[in-house]
Amino acid sequence: MTASAILIQFLNGLSGASSLFLVAAGLSIVFGVTRIVNFAHGSFFMLGLYVAYSLIDRFGHGAAGFWGGVALAAVAVALLGALVEVLLLRRIYAAPELLQLLATFALVLVIQDFTLWAWGPEDLLGPRAPGLSGAVNIAGHQFPQYDLFLIVLGPTVLLALNFLLKRTRWGTLVRAATEDREMAGALGVNQKWLFTTVFALGALLAGAGGAFQIPREPASLYLDLSVIADAFVVVVVGGLGSIPGAFLAALLIAEIKAFCIGIGDVTIADSVISLPKFTLVVEFVVMAVVLVLRPWGLLGRRLTPPRRVGAVERPLALPSRRAVYALAACGAALALLPTLATGYSLILLTDIFVFALFAVSLHFIMGPGGMPSFGHAAYFGLGAYGAGLLLHRGGLPMELALLLGPLVAGVGALAFGWFCVRLSGVYFAMLTLAFAQITWSIAFQWDSMTGGSNGVIGVWPAPWLASRTSYYFLALVTSAGGITLLWRMFYSPFGYALRAGRDSPLRADAIGIDVRRQQWAAFVIAGLFAGVAGALYVFSKGSISPDSLAVPRSIDGLVMVLLGGVQTLTGPVWGAALFTWLQDAAARNVEYWRAVIGLVIIALVLAFPQGLAGFLRDRFAGERHAP
Amino acid sequence: MNIKHGLLALTLLAATAAGGNAVAQPIKVGELNSYKLFPAFLEPYKKGWQLALEEINAGGGINGRKLEVVSRDDGGNPGAAVRVAEELIARDKVSMLMGEFASHIGLAVSNLAKQRKMVFVAAEPLTDKLVWEDGNRYTFRLRPSTYMQVAMLVPEAVKLHKKRWAIVYPNYEYGQSAAASFKKLMAAAQPGIEIVAEQAPPLGKIDAGAVVQALSDAKPDAIFSSLFAADLQKFVREGNIRGLFKGRAVFNLLGGEPEYLEPLRDETPEGWWVTGYPWRQIKTPEHEKFLAAYEKRWRDHPRLGSVVGYATMYSVANALKKAGSTDSNALIAALEGLEMQTPFGPIVYRAVDHQSTMGAYVGQLAKKSGEGVMVNWHFADGASYLPSPAEAKLLRRQ
Repeated sequence: MTASAILIQFLNGLSGASSLFLVAAGLSIVFGVTRIVNFAHGSFFMLGLYVAYSLIDRFGHGAAGFWGGVALAAVAVALLGALVEVLLLRRIYAAPELLQLLATFALVLVIQDFTLWAWGPEDLLGPRAPGLSGAVNIAGHQFPQYDLFLIVLGPTVLLALNFLLKRTRWGTLVRAATEDREMAGALGVNQKWLFTTVFALGALLAGAGGAFQIPREPASLYLDLSVIADAFVVVVVGGLGSIPGAFLAALLIAEIKAFCIGIGDVTIADSVISLPKFTLVVEFVVMAVVLVLRPWGLLGRRLTPPRRVGAVERPLALPSRRAVYALAACGAALALLPTLATGYSLILLTDIFVFALFAVSLHFIMGPGGMPSFGHAAYFGLGAYGAGLLLHRGGLPMELALLLGPLVAGVGALAFGWFCVRLSGVYFAMLTLAFAQITWSIAFQWDSMTGGSNGVIGVWPAPWLASRTSYYFLALVTSAGGITLLWRMFYSPFGYALRAGRDSPLRADAIGIDVRRQQWAAFVIAGLFAGVAGALYVFSKGSISPDSLAVPRSIDGLVMVLLGGVQTLTGPVWGAALFTWLQDAAARNVEYWRAVIGLVIIALVLAFPQGLAGFLRDRFAGERHAP
Repeated sequence: MNIKHGLLALTLLAATAAGGNAVAQPIKVGELNSYKLFPAFLEPYKKGWQLALEEINAGGGINGRKLEVVSRDDGGNPGAAVRVAEELIARDKVSMLMGEFASHIGLAVSNLAKQRKMVFVAAEPLTDKLVWEDGNRYTFRLRPSTYMQVAMLVPEAVKLHKKRWAIVYPNYEYGQSAAASFKKLMAAAQPGIEIVAEQAPPLGKIDAGAVVQALSDAKPDAIFSSLFAADLQKFVREGNIRGLFKGRAVFNLLGGEPEYLEPLRDETPEGWWVTGYPWRQIKTPEHEKFLAAYEKRWRDHPRLGSVVGYATMYSVANALKKAGSTDSNALIAALEGLEMQTPFGPIVYRAVDHQSTMGAYVGQLAKKSGEGVMVNWHFADGASYLPSPAEAKLLRRQ
């Protein structure tokens, strides 16, 4: 690269950093104060872009129309954010942690379909910014004026937010609430109002982030999900709640990206490495490295564990004899089903068995382990790829591949888990996500082994298992067996020690439990069983592609566990069954099926904040387990 | 129900009982696609096959039986798509499968079709593997593949005698194989060309400023791109502002498809060579008939997806008619070598690799009153850009 090329790529990085920072700043504020994992932040960004497009289209492409449209779009999204907070999120602050995640995920689905309905399917490319539509000559290169504007805008917003948080009364209250919510409440701060304004500000920044992209990218329907992961990465790399940290992280990631692209291919020892391809996963690699070296992000501080806001979780009681009989009866009924039904119900149930095992394995670390993983699909996918490739490339018989495939997931969990269990809470979750994305990108890129983005096809079960009915039995036996084993472990000394480590690491340590080792073991066990689910999955589908270890699968797992109830035993199974059935039924009967799923989830969240199984337990067995 | 209707129903019932069973029963075809994932292409596609279906049934259906399509969203990932396909087969008892857009999902469904011995007419997936490396007996494909479309652009590229080329493509199978085919075909047609830069941004997430800058630093004479949708729009805008395209020939696969061209409007880069669909200007009788019917039915102009949906539906109907049964083996025999008319002219489903000879339009982009259009175009017949039957046979695994 010549010196002038380096300069221009540096400037590209700066403008990219500003764009990234605008999106992330809002999330950082919301995340820092309310601790809400707001999946809908990307949707707010997308809406900002769409609304700005429509407003500018209406007001005309002049300066007033353009800037007025951008400003109004941001305000409109802020109002929507406030509305969401008041109508939805405020009702579930007292619910178990992470339930807001489920609610905001449902919002993502609703907003996706709403956007498609309102603006149609085609990409909408907005106009260039009036007055900033051309380029200036920098060191012999044409550099867009608008990018220069963005380079100034990012730091300006940073300073403004800093002023708002450090110099105003509102900012002082927000910081107090970030440090200690309970104490702020005890001192008479109106938290409801504070949270609404914080959420509205977050949405305003997301909407503005979208609207300011008008001259740079078209409004399109993929934006929500593609932005949200980036925003989370920036917030976490920067350190939760630290606005300057978020800026620093955005700068780091954007510059690395710009230079990967600028440098191009590098030849090291006769092999060509394509750095531009590395941009597929660079932010997640940065996140993994930062979190391993600095567990609280670049400028974050150790989190004060939030005092319990919601109801105290009661210890998981042994299921009553009656419950055990009922579950056994369920299993027996499922085993008899093929005598009555054939065809599609068996196929759907096979999927449900696979996902039930996947959800229970995730619940194993989330519930008793207290470690919410955002990247559990990695182990599902590793098991699936392991089994598929052992058959396809290794030439093993299918039965052996099914048996050995999950070990690949176990080995992956062993390696990644070692790093992950050193962190806790959201940082733990994000490190699991980073590893999952890195795994995904390897499956995506390693064409000669994994078949790249197309994956591998032709991985069918052995002939004696090929019929729908026999595969149904295989899935039922494997999944029921796996779930029983995992549930049994909940009540083994290992399970109790795990729960002790979750509820009080200090006391657990004092009585001689090596908490970290317990967590690591739990992580590996969960990964192994997710791998079993993945191996079952691959042979039921006959093919495998990187989708099976991508973010949406991890989110599906979380949704299943949360729908069923984190602090219950059987919840994840019901959650998996309900979610899989719902997806199938909604997609068959309604055109806007994502919105329907979203609305159903919102209704369930509001009606049963403890999850389905939690509701049943409270309803029918409340008295017996009351303290 | 009045008496007349009642009588009619009774008569029909009697006819059915008397063994006229085949007359009354509609033929069911299962259709699945990622409608929520690629709506820009697939909404017009859906309108296309719906129009064809109405025409077919108005014209008497399939040998007197009504044609019925059970259409489903495939959930947007291969696993869910396989489940939906299984459902269409097991619950809806369809006789054939059709549809799909994304290559990896298309491959997964084709793989299931083979396992369940069910004929699958793939509409859109562009991957070469679908008919060659991973091709199977039960899978047929309508659209010209990545390789064919690259091959259609290469003759124009060779004419320009440009030496230094830069390549940019979305980083997944379609883009990778487009780049690989381009390099291979160019090296054969014009020895000594140099690839001076290669950029593979992640699909949907191009860092357009940096990519444009990197390409421009390599000082290429010409650029070959297979970007589409939002990536293409971002690339075009940045390239226009930064002057990347000045004095350089640019080739862009799929760039002339209305789905991707129309959003560009006054940003449309003039002079680019593209494959696409100049729907306003095609004056063949078969296309004018289609255009009129489509605009009448939907009060909107067709996109490329519309043509694909329309022709896929007719492929299915013609196969069913020719086979005279819904048996998979009979359908395969009917589809192999099936000749039929489409809005793009006549096509044949080749027996050797199950690829149709549907072609594409190759031309240059221009701006006309603020809209992007194709000029200087010609129709490239797919048959001329496919490997010979003998070569194709070698490409297939079995």
